[in-house]
Amino acid sequence: MSKMKEVVTKPIVDDNPIALQILGICSALAVTSSLNVALVMGIAVTVVTAFSNLFIAAIRNHIPNNIRIIVQMTIIASLVIVVDQVLKAFAYELSKQLSVFVGLIITNCIVMGRAEAFAMKNAPGISFMDGIGNGLGYSAVLIFVGTVRELFGSGSLFGIEIFSLVNNGGWYVANGMMLLPPSAFFVIGLMIWALRAWKKGQVEKPDFTLAPNSK
Amino acid sequence: MEHYISLFVRSIFIENMALAFFLGMCTFIAISKKVKTAIGLGIAVVFVLGITVPVNNLIYTTFLADGALAWAGLPEVDLSFLGLISYIGVIAAIVQILEMLLDKYVPALYNALGVFLPLITVNCAIMGAALFMVERDYNFGESIVYGVGAGLGWAFAITALAGIREKLKYSDVPHGLRGLGITFITVGLMSLGFMSFSGVQL
Repeated sequence: MSKMKEVVTKPIVDDNPIALQILGICSALAVTSSLNVALVMGIAVTVVTAFSNLFIAAIRNHIPNNIRIIVQMTIIASLVIVVDQVLKAFAYELSKQLSVFVGLIITNCIVMGRAEAFAMKNAPGISFMDGIGNGLGYSAVLIFVGTVRELFGSGSLFGIEIFSLVNNGGWYVANGMMLLPPSAFFVIGLMIWALRAWKKGQVEKPDFTLAPNSK
Repeated sequence: MEHYISLFVRSIFIENMALAFFLGMCTFIAISKKVKTAIGLGIAVVFVLGITVPVNNLIYTTFLADGALAWAGLPEVDLSFLGLISYIGVIAAIVQILEMLLDKYVPALYNALGVFLPLITVNCAIMGAALFMVERDYNFGESIVYGVGAGLGWAFAITALAGIREKLKYSDVPHGLRGLGITFITVGLMSLGFMSFSGVQL
């Protein structure tokens, strides 16, 4: 039981897919300008990762090794089509905002990476949990970045005004740069810095170190 | 002609795949430590995008679009929900075929591209370009220009980043920011630079 718990909780901080494994960065940057969209994207990725891990783990002993990528792709693509259709049916506005990024879950390296690294070697139950854990780790980053960008960029969360804006007679001057693409890089870069200041073990080894002053 | 040139320039600079849409970020960040490998990967991406976008365009217009199957006597059929799975299938197949062809006929290029070719299947820039092509209703000619342009834009971006990172590795970066963190911030600054193109009207 404790292994199950570890598999779910470890990817959230200690082995975060975005901050440490460098997986699935594309969508993390593009869909975080408002919290609403970030949340939906997080849920979609968690669902796809969990179920693709479950199905791939269930048939892992029957997949011939040399065509495994195609098999995994087919399973993942089918799941993404389901998610895409569900979003179009029940949240049409949101699916328009996400535009191509729902389809891009197929090529999101988190899904593929976990299928290859975990589901191909483990039983279905625990693979499902691993999928949920990694999906949650991904969602945590998305929600953090989404919160920062929406709060400072438009003074609101989920579209509800938190800071009253100057043009509505309030005091907060919206930081328009937060809504632009580059700020996502800065927010994630600084987030990684903060995470690594807290968890020293994640700091990367430098290629070159400064020689101590020899004088 | 003018229309194609403006589309070409737009897909390279204004709508740069990597710096404006963040596509192909995983490889963009992971494989940009050396200029040489970055150029190799860039060429591979131009190659694959230039082929897969037009092919996917043909598949979309002849099989998948609403009413596209009229030539087979099935005008009411709308298969567009099968889009995602077809595009990724096409991309995976073309990358595989390209790998075999290059191995047989152009071994020099094959060796230069090395492990990057198979990796390209899961590069979101390739899939993203296919999806953008469908979303924006490009015709066949436009999709060739768009494919090559988007690939070139991505290749420029990764080469520039690799150049910066080669210099950057000698600098004394704060501990927690080393590696991934500083790379993100560098890309952010590059992306700010590329935003200056967004005002250009063509």
